[in-house]
Amino acid sequence: MISPRYHREVAQRYRLEAGKCKQCGNISFPPRLVCPKCKSKTFETVQLSREGKILTFTIIRVGPDKFSKETPYVVAIIELFEGRSSNDGVRLTAQITDCDVNKVEIGSKVKLVFRKIQDEGKSGLHCYGYKAVLI
Amino acid sequence: MIGIVGYGSYLPRYRIKVDLIAKQWGADPEAIKRGLMLYEKTVPGQDEDTITISVEAARYALQRARIDPQKIGAVYIGSESHPYAVKPSATILIDALGIGPHVHVASYEFACKAGTEAMYVAYSLVKAGEMEYALGIGADTSQGAPGDALEYSASAGGSAFIMGKEKVVAEILFTHSYTSDTPDFWRREHEFYPRHAGRFTGEPAYFKHIHNAGTSLLEKSGMQPKDFQFAVFHMPNGKFPQEAGKKLGFTKEQMEVGWISPWMGNTYSGSSPTGLSAVLDVAKPGDKIFMVSFGSGAGSDGFVYQVTDEIEIVRDLAPKLRDMLDNDKIYLDYGEYAKFRKKIILNE
Repeated sequence: MISPRYHREVAQRYRLEAGKCKQCGNISFPPRLVCPKCKSKTFETVQLSREGKILTFTIIRVGPDKFSKETPYVVAIIELFEGRSSNDGVRLTAQITDCDVNKVEIGSKVKLVFRKIQDEGKSGLHCYGYKAVLI
Repeated sequence: MIGIVGYGSYLPRYRIKVDLIAKQWGADPEAIKRGLMLYEKTVPGQDEDTITISVEAARYALQRARIDPQKIGAVYIGSESHPYAVKPSATILIDALGIGPHVHVASYEFACKAGTEAMYVAYSLVKAGEMEYALGIGADTSQGAPGDALEYSASAGGSAFIMGKEKVVAEILFTHSYTSDTPDFWRREHEFYPRHAGRFTGEPAYFKHIHNAGTSLLEKSGMQPKDFQFAVFHMPNGKFPQEAGKKLGFTKEQMEVGWISPWMGNTYSGSSPTGLSAVLDVAKPGDKIFMVSFGSGAGSDGFVYQVTDEIEIVRDLAPKLRDMLDNDKIYLDYGEYAKFRKKIILNE
């Protein structure tokens, strides 16, 4: 049963809510209790941009049981167009959906979309969150 | 002035051609294409459902409306493929888009007209002064049993409309609904696929309800078909809406822009709302739009819209329907389609 954990992460998975340090401006995603840069404990909630670029990726050809019927699929580390320069944006890991896996490249621009991530079995919750599509 | 202040549509990228479905079941593809006027249809991705489609359509509607999502007082989603039997689809949508939690939500179901039900109630609540904005959505990942005639048309997509009083894009001038107990199509609890009454779904159901709602709407408005630049009807296939519109006195030219079913299929609750979206993408200020939905069971909701100057400001703020329909398509073969639509029995 992952329902309580799923519910606690809704703000991040649905709305990309991150914590911006009030002292140094560093953005943590998912939010943290202590800023990893300046150790401050005060944050404001910010909503991340939904666009970014692929920093690196892998093609999953043998997936875990829950995703074994969806192979091959791409999982990428994405840098969002968020920070002061293109290299200090927030990074997150997401599946690249609706694509030919052979056409995904490092540097490809992507947009985050709302998709179903997994089901809790046949009668449990549908779990939603972000995936990325090439733009 | 009360009406649509923001609109948005979403169609999945996947498609299957009618030829492949016909070939699978030994039918003549040319006869299907000629008879139903259907060429291909949208198919939801394995990670898409009515909720994800509604979220993306509503996100585009918010982009066009340029309003604070917190000001939306109600969200209604009409669909016959809500992912949960018990848990409204909009509970997830509001959290995804930053609407609420001080908001009223509900799931509507009325075969293919649940979307216009959602739009009508959203409009009525704003008109009653209950709230500043209300969101009505029609979306579906339609089911059609393998080998059934519905398999050629049942597709996926949806459209969202934010109703309000300020910066109205299309004013709603008149509405009219017509409903009766007509058992042309239904799905019992726990059944996966709907059942239908074959040709009975035509004359006594689709055509009767569209015609009665349409003629009453014309009478109520005091307008004639020639007063409208566009007309949109529910599109169970390519053929029916053309016949229904012609019978009411509309021309092929008036119906052309909103007639998208030959390439989209029947998105059920998202059908006529998505036709309306295609019209709003090209309509000019002052244009009048006539729209009648149809839902089996059976009923029709009719609307008369008048487009305002605001359309020119919001039109380009989100993707247009025709671009989504014509571009970036990924074609599936029948095996992939059967897998995507969970038509294959698998071990747990």
